[in-house]
Amino acid sequence: MTGTVTPDNTKIEITNLKKQFGSNIVLRDINVKVDAGSVVALIGPSGSGKSTLLRCMNLLVIPNGGRIRIGHHTFVFDDGSKMPRAKDQAHFRSNTGMVFQHFNLFPHKTVLQNVMEGPLVVKRMPKAQAAQLARTLLGKVGLADKADTYPDRLSGGQKQRVAIARALAMEPEVMLFDEATSALDPELVAEVLGVMRDLAAEGMTMIIVTHEMAFAREVADKVIFLRDGVIVEEGPARELIDNPKQEATRAFLSHFHTRND
Amino acid sequence: MYTWDFNILWSYRWLFLNGTLMTIAITAGVIILGLLLGLLAGLMQLSRNPILRWISWAYIEIFRCTPLLVQLLWFYYALPVLTGVELSAMTAAVMTLSLYGGSFYAEVIRGGVIAIDPGQSEAGLALGMTPAKVMKRIVLPQAIKQMIPPLMNQSIIQFKNTSLVSVLAVPDLLYQGQVITMDTFRPLEVYTVIAVIYFVVLVPLTAIVKRSEKKLQRSH
Repeated sequence: MTGTVTPDNTKIEITNLKKQFGSNIVLRDINVKVDAGSVVALIGPSGSGKSTLLRCMNLLVIPNGGRIRIGHHTFVFDDGSKMPRAKDQAHFRSNTGMVFQHFNLFPHKTVLQNVMEGPLVVKRMPKAQAAQLARTLLGKVGLADKADTYPDRLSGGQKQRVAIARALAMEPEVMLFDEATSALDPELVAEVLGVMRDLAAEGMTMIIVTHEMAFAREVADKVIFLRDGVIVEEGPARELIDNPKQEATRAFLSHFHTRND
Repeated sequence: MYTWDFNILWSYRWLFLNGTLMTIAITAGVIILGLLLGLLAGLMQLSRNPILRWISWAYIEIFRCTPLLVQLLWFYYALPVLTGVELSAMTAAVMTLSLYGGSFYAEVIRGGVIAIDPGQSEAGLALGMTPAKVMKRIVLPQAIKQMIPPLMNQSIIQFKNTSLVSVLAVPDLLYQGQVITMDTFRPLEVYTVIAVIYFVVLVPLTAIVKRSEKKLQRSH
């Protein structure tokens, strides 16, 4: 990443994005801009389309229309056109890191091998260099001592920290978090949020789908509230969470503790 | 009361051994070729291309839903009439058994792959791996663990299926037995010995399958 501030400092630009599964319209007309180095939280009830929107950003879900730009890579989708080629999709994805709700670590590989896999296979990095990178990242998420363990010996929180290290190993421009703490026991949530907080502080551009409103309020720069595939309201995190303008946002937020005190 | 006389068979021991080795050799060839066919057809079943899916579906159902004996006779007697290509009995036998076994292997391989959590593929794709790399490095290594016991079972069945090739005069264990029977008029002894040989080869194999199943469950 270069530190140069271009007049247009947006890292992610999503324009007129549409997605439907059969007759079920999941995203209607989404426009999002994310500045480099900023953290955006996507919130909303289940079925609102927030996870689908996140998955569109790394093409795990292929949109039916619109445009996505991440860094210098742009994809244009429209209904008639063919799916982007598998190789182009893969290249686009290698530039975004994704962290899943259920971790999805590779159970047949050790923690170190999990983290090495991306650089080794996608970037064809030499093994020794990939191992060194992986050890550095495991140190960063506080799991240097677990390098040779298999995932089934780890707690949920440890698994998710490995998954974050695995995504970081590709040195992506953007990190996407899909309900990264929703599958964790309550006492393990903090260690994962801690790692995410550190990443945000380092200037990583992050999109977070979350139900942790207090965390979103504290760490995110911007919050986007989605419902029924539409952006109902967006704004600075504290402002939106403390004083939502829309009734729908207010009703949704009333189900959560929005502060850590 | 029938008086058993196995002594008479001793002089045919090399013929029995020959037949046994032939049966083992055919089985080995048929397993290897069948696994390759099965992997191909199984992965074609999972392809996004509907034509590939249709071809493998047709192949699998044709060979699963017709009797092996009919297939053997068809490839040996009917195919040459149709195409003018004469197959040797051995070629026809190995080809048919491989295709037959492959259709069952294909289903095992397809089932093993779809049993793997789709999150595994997603994680591989999210790193920027191509679908082929995801299959090879993430999905198949995990799926093979699930597949090995049923693949081994199918291979044991294939070992027994090779006895059918004797109808094409391929000199396997059963065929040699028929030769010895005609020579000695001792079908009871001959076929008993043959059954025992199949049994003696397969019992240790099934034990190995059982043990490997347990081992695999514990491994990564």
